[in-house]
Amino acid sequence: MAEMVSLTIDGLKIHAPAGTTILEAATDANIYIPHLCSNEELAPYGACRLCMVEITQGERARLVASCIFEVADGLEVKTNTERVLNVRRLVIELLLARNNKHPALRKIADELGVKETRFPIEQKGCILCGQCVRTCREVVGVSAIGFSGRGITRKIATPFMESPPNCIACGSCVYVCPVQVIPMKEENGVRTIMKYDYPMQKCRKCGQYFAPKKQLEYFSKITNLPLEHFETCVDCR
Amino acid sequence: MKKVKTAQELKNLQEEIKNSRDPEKPCITICAGTGCLTYGSQKLVDNFRAEIEKQNLKGKVEVRASGCHGFCERGPLVVINPQNIFYQRVGLDDAEEIIKETVLNGQIIDRLLYVDPVTQEKILHEDEIPFYKRQMRLVFGMNGNIDPNSLEDYLAIGGYSALIKVLNGMEPEAVIEEIKTAGLRGRGGGGFSMGLKWEATRKAPGLPKYIICNADEGDPGAYMDRSLLEGNPYSILEGMLIGAYAIGSDTGYIYVRNEYPLAVKNITIAVDKARELGILGKDILGSGFDFDVLIVRGGGAFVCGEETALIASIEGRSGEPRAKYVFPSERGLYNKPTNINNVETWANVPLIINKGAEWYRSIGTENSKGTKIFALVGKINNTGLVEVPMGITLREIVYDIGGGIPKGRKFKAVQVGGPSGGCIPESHLDLQVDFDALSKVGSMMGSGGMIVMDDRTCMVDVALYFLKFLEEESCGKCTPCREGVHQMRLILERITEGNGKEEDLKTIEWMGKAIIDGSLCGLGATAPNPVLSTLRYFRDEYEAHIKEKRCPAGVCKALITYTIDPELCTGCMVCAKICPVEAATGEKKEVHTIDQDKCIKCGACFESCKFDAVKVS
Repeated sequence: MAEMVSLTIDGLKIHAPAGTTILEAATDANIYIPHLCSNEELAPYGACRLCMVEITQGERARLVASCIFEVADGLEVKTNTERVLNVRRLVIELLLARNNKHPALRKIADELGVKETRFPIEQKGCILCGQCVRTCREVVGVSAIGFSGRGITRKIATPFMESPPNCIACGSCVYVCPVQVIPMKEENGVRTIMKYDYPMQKCRKCGQYFAPKKQLEYFSKITNLPLEHFETCVDCR
Repeated sequence: MKKVKTAQELKNLQEEIKNSRDPEKPCITICAGTGCLTYGSQKLVDNFRAEIEKQNLKGKVEVRASGCHGFCERGPLVVINPQNIFYQRVGLDDAEEIIKETVLNGQIIDRLLYVDPVTQEKILHEDEIPFYKRQMRLVFGMNGNIDPNSLEDYLAIGGYSALIKVLNGMEPEAVIEEIKTAGLRGRGGGGFSMGLKWEATRKAPGLPKYIICNADEGDPGAYMDRSLLEGNPYSILEGMLIGAYAIGSDTGYIYVRNEYPLAVKNITIAVDKARELGILGKDILGSGFDFDVLIVRGGGAFVCGEETALIASIEGRSGEPRAKYVFPSERGLYNKPTNINNVETWANVPLIINKGAEWYRSIGTENSKGTKIFALVGKINNTGLVEVPMGITLREIVYDIGGGIPKGRKFKAVQVGGPSGGCIPESHLDLQVDFDALSKVGSMMGSGGMIVMDDRTCMVDVALYFLKFLEEESCGKCTPCREGVHQMRLILERITEGNGKEEDLKTIEWMGKAIIDGSLCGLGATAPNPVLSTLRYFRDEYEAHIKEKRCPAGVCKALITYTIDPELCTGCMVCAKICPVEAATGEKKEVHTIDQDKCIKCGACFESCKFDAVKVS
């Protein structure tokens, strides 16, 4: 059992295991903090800056990203001060300039009382939360995609902007994207992610296409089991 | 060089070198710092050497190519010793004359002397020149006395004495205490106490511990770290050795940008020679202390000067910062306790050990001790690197050392602390420069860039320039910095184009605060400074752009027109000749005109008119 620490969030006294983040502790206590780049399956990243909270330790009050900052004894956390809300409002307005349509962003904007962004709409779609890149690296373990460029030219990209050789077409990036901007479709035994095609495997028993071939090859490789083992769909096993 | 095995052997070697040198022997020192090299001073060095050969003076006259002397405005610089004669703007072909006249015959070459612009007096010696006289060149001054590739030169001026002292019985804790007492604060921007950082790293659990020299200087116009690395790499190594001993580290890194080839070369040579001598490696001077240094070249991303991004870069990942809720002193490079300090800070260490914390404390202000090197650039007569005691006023730096504003123009502001510093107006010229005073007026020490601006500088344009730089250099990881600085730049651009809206200033101020509060690292958290500080002190200029669609300084192209005053125009045709688009036309000795449809507002006519007939409005 991890050592417990006690802190207050918005005046509420809370006990949480040492080593958990403020965001985790708040979520466990049913206190809502908006966030976009944080995902409990991934290492803390702290990039979207929506989950900023104001903390007081000793005399000094400062803003920290609640998805990274770990709880500590005597910590006072405020999730809704004017300073915090100003950062969130700016962040959501900036993100709306990249994507002013997606319901997930509109919902957070509504909660913050932001009706529309005052910045010119650039409609890039992707909000660069990095969940796709981090999932591909940390969960899937293949790092098929990454970031390219820096600053405002930053984007999600494949190596050399070509078909990513490491991609196993698992679709995790598509699944994890909070604003659903990575296109994926399946047609005639081919899965297409972004603009790249991946052939699907037919089940040895029922003959239905059920998984990308490269994904099954990857399973075989990491489990050290023969490929045939994976060439039957879950339903037919 | 033979390996030295004990502190005593190193001491003996120092003495031996010192004694073998005749202080009366003529020595010609040519500045081969980056500034003078661009004037061609390498050629001058070659010419001096060839001339020495030719006149059979080899062994009788020394020729030394040294690092930067700081007075870049007047380069190439040559100093003749033992008389300490200072020549400036030396022609590349002047070598023969200098040797014949000055070195052999003791004759002064008048035209190469510095002329005091105020008194019109010719000045013979370096230390009598106002530019140098008001400085306190404790760290930077040694540059002129050594050839950066000669370890012997460094030993001859007492180099590595601090290392000897430390390894000769000072406990690591005592070394830390000395640095703490001295009050040395980081020269790279943060201004955190170096001693406290050392202590935290020493006490942090985990081995190995690393130390890093941050030589990723990237501010436009700042080049003091570069010049220290190029001119006196040994002092930095010595500082690092002492730090490593105090912290208990056996590996150090120097992260230097690859765009500084001479710095990379000189520090590499210095490291190699230190290994050869046995002051890097295993069991240094028989003390049982092991330490070695690796040089890592950075790819030139500004954000890699941020310590967590720098660490990521050394580890081979992309240079993106991480949240610093756990300091590098706890978990830094490869998650091990790491101390990271900037070049100039490391160079201060031997000084403190040699002369003592009490002596060091006597220089500077209450909370900022010692000296600081500033890169004095922009609209200033004496461009160069200046080292001054903390607490000196901006006025002294700009007027006494810098020689004021060229062409008698009016001082408007000085941007201190690099792109994310702040612009300080004339009303604060008597500000005593130190870490806290600069923060108080909305600027910062930063790395020590000082860009002087005159009355022909548009402050909105300046803010836009720095914002553009920061927009390009943002790594793009966090939203406020990546998107916020970008959007802020678009607003500023609109304002300079005459499309500003009344509410823009309110928006900018609100954004600025939220970007500072919300950004992940120091780059974003300081990025709005140039905008907020210009808005604080020059709000009327922003308002003139927005409300009156007017650029008071006559800079923003969309808001200005060039016309010719028929009363003043003499018809000299200079403007017509220089105009790149044939907008300025007219016959000889007749009043010229500017065709507004053709004019691209480059300002060439305005700059070239000797009769002030070209007007900006």
